Amino acid sequence: MSTEEKKNSQISLDSEILSPSTEKEVSEIVREIYSKKLPIEITGTGTKKVFGYNLQTAKKLSLSQLSGIIDYQKEELYIKVKAGTPIEDIEKILEENNQELAFEPIDFGYMINGQSNKGTIGGYVACNFAGSRRFKVGSVRDHILGFKGVNGKGDIIKSGGTVVKNVTGYDLSKLISGSFGTLVVLTEITLKVSPKKQSQITVIVYSDEIKKISNLFDKILSSSNEVSAATFIPEEPSHKNYEHTKNKIFKFNDLDQEGSFLAFRIEGDKRSIDERLKELKIELDLSNFKSSILDVHQSIPFWKKVNNLELFSGTKNNVLRAVMPPAKCEAFSKFLNKNYKYYIDWCGSLFWIEVLDKDDEKINKIKNFIVENSGYLTIIKKSENFDFQDTLFTIDNTRLMISKKIKESFDPKKLFNPGRMYREL
Amino acid sequence: MTELALPQIDRTTVSKKSLIVSQLKKFTNEENVLSENEEIKPYETDGLAAYKQTPLAVVLPENTKEVSEILKFCNEENIKVIPRGAGTGLSGGALPLQDAILLGLGKFNKILEIDFDNKCVVTQPGVTNLGITHAVQHKGYYYAPDPSSQLACSIGGNVAENSGGVHSLKYGTTTNNILGVEMVMMDGTITRIGGKTLDQEGYDLLGLVCGSEGLLGVITEVTVKILRKPQSVRAALIGFPTVEDGGNCVSDIISSGIVPAGMEMMDKALIDATDKFSKAGYPKDAEVLMIVELDGTKSEVDGLLDKVSEIAKQNNSNSMKLSNNEKERLAFWSGRKAAFPACGAMAPDYYCMDGSIPRGKLSLILKEINQLSKKYNLAVANAFHAGDGNLHPLIMFDGSDKEQLRKTEEFGAEILKACVKHGGALTGEHGVGIEKRELMCEAFNNDDIQQQLNIKKSLDEKNLLNPGKVYPILRKCAEEGRVHVHRGEEKFPDLPRF
Repeated sequence: MSTEEKKNSQISLDSEILSPSTEKEVSEIVREIYSKKLPIEITGTGTKKVFGYNLQTAKKLSLSQLSGIIDYQKEELYIKVKAGTPIEDIEKILEENNQELAFEPIDFGYMINGQSNKGTIGGYVACNFAGSRRFKVGSVRDHILGFKGVNGKGDIIKSGGTVVKNVTGYDLSKLISGSFGTLVVLTEITLKVSPKKQSQITVIVYSDEIKKISNLFDKILSSSNEVSAATFIPEEPSHKNYEHTKNKIFKFNDLDQEGSFLAFRIEGDKRSIDERLKELKIELDLSNFKSSILDVHQSIPFWKKVNNLELFSGTKNNVLRAVMPPAKCEAFSKFLNKNYKYYIDWCGSLFWIEVLDKDDEKINKIKNFIVENSGYLTIIKKSENFDFQDTLFTIDNTRLMISKKIKESFDPKKLFNPGRMYREL
Repeated sequence: MTELALPQIDRTTVSKKSLIVSQLKKFTNEENVLSENEEIKPYETDGLAAYKQTPLAVVLPENTKEVSEILKFCNEENIKVIPRGAGTGLSGGALPLQDAILLGLGKFNKILEIDFDNKCVVTQPGVTNLGITHAVQHKGYYYAPDPSSQLACSIGGNVAENSGGVHSLKYGTTTNNILGVEMVMMDGTITRIGGKTLDQEGYDLLGLVCGSEGLLGVITEVTVKILRKPQSVRAALIGFPTVEDGGNCVSDIISSGIVPAGMEMMDKALIDATDKFSKAGYPKDAEVLMIVELDGTKSEVDGLLDKVSEIAKQNNSNSMKLSNNEKERLAFWSGRKAAFPACGAMAPDYYCMDGSIPRGKLSLILKEINQLSKKYNLAVANAFHAGDGNLHPLIMFDGSDKEQLRKTEEFGAEILKACVKHGGALTGEHGVGIEKRELMCEAFNNDDIQQQLNIKKSLDEKNLLNPGKVYPILRKCAEEGRVHVHRGEEKFPDLPRF
């Protein structure tokens, strides 16, 4: 490339946002920033920008031009895409072929500004936040068969492949999942896809007794009836600064009673749904509860709303994500109940919590409870102008030390998303 | 590979043997340190028995603190360490070195906690895979990954190799079924990764360690997920007149949306071998035989089994049996499970390969393997975990004939290269170890390998933990013209070259 060409290209270091459209261009950019020691912020379409610490880099590397499906092998159950490919594009082609991404990508757009915006596959992999089916099918990382990317020196590297059984070398697909773009600039991702289930229903169980709810979660987890999602949506606290949206959002013909409820989903063909429902009614003693059933037409949108954090649609407050050992569900719910707007997903393991604006003390109290109970917490969204003093992620010193070494082996000059996860990385 | 290159022997370490042995005795009970020839003989090989090597000494620590002290000492004194679980691995991952301490985890044999509330078991790494299931089955639970060696292989070894098994098609491999580990790094640092929660925050170190073949740390505790046993399990035993028909049936079942618990295939040579050996009553007119296992609720399993039979018929199946009870189901499996010993009865030795291919290429690779069998004049029988494209060709040979052993390894390497050529992987579940080390250049280029070596170096700076495994001796790759020297830089300077 001549100097003139470079100046006018999307990858010239003169522009603030660099938008490479090929893997080779990504590599060239990184080689250049490596030699100049210029840190960059890596973005897709910016939907995950709110996560982690704010970055102060002068340059941004946008992967939005690196988009498109490279190879889709329906029979082999994989799809290979460029890292900047919008989730919607992938979901569309899978839908046409009666397949899906089993980890149910979360649409964070609602939480951020009240509008749907799923972002890119690269962003999903970078965060590793799976949707409601997690406890049944694994996380995003469990669905990555392989990837290509550029490390912090500009070398194009790959790991994994397109087959499910592969133990050739370290499993870097796992390591880069959830690394928030601090190890490699992803360029290509191969995802495992799954056949869609024929149908689904959702059973609503009305109760606000935490003990009973956590007992139901436990029974569902212990059941061999393959429940594929289970959530608890409690009544919102009365505090005026929490928007009361629950009854508006979860408005369905067959969700006919106000108040807290637990919902669980059964997927499969009609015959097996009926059979499982019959057995679950006995296993869960549902005759002791008031309950109702959402048919497939209500069940699908219901879980979209759960997955997409619509309860926190457009919130100005902080949003926290906590993962707990399932047996701590009752204790943590009691701790939160009536004080916070929250809900539980992953059959008692995942808590989404809204905390009022600029409240370090409350966040720290929640954090301490979580850490003491062997869980972990990530502050997903910070309210505007709020500078939470403590770390946004939970980690111990030994793991931080190991993480630093690994970071250095990929990105020795700390150029990718510096300080995004931990201030030291 | 018969004259396997191993890291250069550090003569200084060897000459200090008695000093090192007496030092090791300070960290653990004296009887846990073995140094006499007859004591250490059982440790000179693992499941890849073609290679034997006597370690400097064997140490069998009893707790994490001892492991930490031993590793710290070895790190400071530049002594290599080879970790070992049950020694059942098939790729030579636990092959000792003459100047290395062999660190056996056999005394870590207790289950620490059975936590039904959190649906997990916390165990020491020396507990066998099946031992975990035995500990929880009274309440209807089990641990899902089931490598064929599950009676003997340890859970720590499973983590090191990311072991799979017959049912990984539906339930995943080790990496999808563990929640946490305690691990000791080469410098003695003890760390806990994960716990009883789903996923973990920060870098997925659990995912990195799982399948790292003992190169990054020594696992001293594992927390595994346990699952409720399915209500109903049934299997179909289906024969096909041609390999193509069988291969197409596998693809059709998967693309129809059915996810069987397991889907196994055997070729004619193996059907004959196992039938002679185990009298499983397999059909004689089949070129390939398939076992499809389905689990779930009763009506679901019955319904899926109907669908599977339908798809098999469309693919010209010429025999079909459906299990109606547990006895019949186990009878279907008896032949498959006897496959390896059956081959052992047919020839003095057999060599078990392990590659992965896209499912759609099954019949193609089988043809290529048969051509190679003619080329090398060595008999081969094939077993596949067909549902996830994982193949285990068993090459039969006579190990006392060095020329046959050499030809066998060449044959095996050609199969694995063919797997990579067809879009598959060098190893599906046995690991790279020493066995496929030199083939890594088939799957990865220099930059890919360099990144992996950089990770290794960042966690084990002196390359003391299980050296000589997994990663190729780069000069050999360079000589074969597959890897260029990267921008004139010396590759991982601490890595021994030959």
